[in-house]
Amino acid sequence: MRISRASLAVNGALIFVAALTVFPLLWMVSASLMVPGESSSYPPPLWPAHPTLANYRELVGHTGLARHFLNSLVISVAATMLALTFNVAAGYAFAKLEFPGRGRIQQLMVAALVIPAQVAMLPLFLQLKALGLVNTLAGVLVPSLAGIFSIFLVRQAAIAIPDELLDAARIDGASELTIFRRIVLPLLTPMLVTLAVFTFLGAWNDFLWPLIVLNDGDNYTLPVALASLSREHVQDSELMMAGSVVTVAPVLLLFLVMQRYYLQGLMAGAVKG
Amino acid sequence: MTRGTVGLLFALPALTVIALFFFVPVFAALALSVTDFDIYALADYHNLRFVGLRNYLELLSNPLFWRALGNTLYFTAAGVPLSLCASVGAALLVNARVARWKGVMRTALFAPVVTTLVGVAVIWKYLLHTRYGLINYGLGKLGVAPIDWLGDPSFAMPSIILFSVWKNFGYNMVIVLAALQNIPDDLYEAASLDGAGAWQQFRHVTLPMLGPTLLFVSIMTIAGYFQLFAEPYVMTQGGPAQSTLSVLYLLYEDGFKWWNLGKASAVAFVLFLMMFAVTALQMRLSRSVAA
Repeated sequence: MRISRASLAVNGALIFVAALTVFPLLWMVSASLMVPGESSSYPPPLWPAHPTLANYRELVGHTGLARHFLNSLVISVAATMLALTFNVAAGYAFAKLEFPGRGRIQQLMVAALVIPAQVAMLPLFLQLKALGLVNTLAGVLVPSLAGIFSIFLVRQAAIAIPDELLDAARIDGASELTIFRRIVLPLLTPMLVTLAVFTFLGAWNDFLWPLIVLNDGDNYTLPVALASLSREHVQDSELMMAGSVVTVAPVLLLFLVMQRYYLQGLMAGAVKG
Repeated sequence: MTRGTVGLLFALPALTVIALFFFVPVFAALALSVTDFDIYALADYHNLRFVGLRNYLELLSNPLFWRALGNTLYFTAAGVPLSLCASVGAALLVNARVARWKGVMRTALFAPVVTTLVGVAVIWKYLLHTRYGLINYGLGKLGVAPIDWLGDPSFAMPSIILFSVWKNFGYNMVIVLAALQNIPDDLYEAASLDGAGAWQQFRHVTLPMLGPTLLFVSIMTIAGYFQLFAEPYVMTQGGPAQSTLSVLYLLYEDGFKWWNLGKASAVAFVLFLMMFAVTALQMRLSRSVAA
């Protein structure tokens, strides 16, 4: 079969652009396996001459990156579980349970979507200082506990649950909590997975707030630790690349496995506007 | 227990958190911005004084603020169109009928979006290295003299824009891709029956059909780009010569480096006004698109 010129041009361009896009990530992995100083030579090498895990050993042994990894993991898992519990319950209530003031509160929250989170950051810091939560992992968690946007995503999905289904369960004598757990949650599962992936990635990648709240090296999350390391170790590019791999690889893998859910969430957010 | 009570119980935990840790601090920020809250007040709230609009007036006469605002607008004005062009271009390629391995390609193009910003900014710092960076090496092959990307005030912001385009274009690409797939095939068939070539089809079918989507994503991207911070923090520390200092960076330094929380709150409200203006614009435009 003859390959058309258009096909050649399109696929050639596509491969070129895709290769260019993933190149920095591939180079990161490659440079992390080089011996110290190797990447700072001319011409810059693409591959390690003698691949070594020395940079990773150095990271764990001397910079305490294992500790930061654990901090990031604990915060991201806790943020995901707590935010999911709070936001799903609230989103369901806004969709299906009438309560006094519901319409008003909803309008207020839509209006609040315009306010950037950074406006709240300065007083929030003072609040957490008063509560003794500065420089704690709990302090990092606070702003991600509940989110207006997530509540609306859940509400959007929960509205599609037929009222008859819930009413039938009520007539059968099921309590509201049973209905929520046995009927609502299973029906919302795809949305829950999407929300979980988003929350986890958001918490893992977050930088500004942890940077503000944490002021002691031991409590740093990976991004904060990496930013501070990169100021101390400007010359050690191989070491820094190993640090980047440790920071980026978990979320990249999570995305690759959960891609379908992630993209669905992205579209749901985009369509809603 | 009535259904109303149950609903309230379900919503209450989230609403309490949002009220306590979002609405209260937002109003507190407004209050803070009319005080002289500084490191002395941080030690003892008795040192706090009401100063009216002084923080705002000082901000307007502070050249550093205008620098930060100018840099942020430069980053947005150049970065948003470039990002969108990259998104649309990539989406068109992936969506082309003759394109192969679409799933793999889409994943590869999207990958930078999910990466940790700090992690990939560190990579780019080395790729942009004047002497050993692969970017200058590649350009050298094309006969371009080495550029001091992050050290030259006139190249630092373009470097950050380039990095941001790479990091973000995949996000809008996915949204544009979905919009492309929603364009009915008969429109293209009709256009080609009328003798329209590939370019004319793009110009007169694809672009108009993408209009509302492009409007939406550009507003969202502008709002996101106004919040420039981590890129200069990691790559240039706001320098050289303040050429990459952004509004949010100024807020961070005023607030958490110098502990002038009153002044920083005034900066926060300027940022809020910028976002608000963009959102208001979006609402007006989308209404006129719908009409």
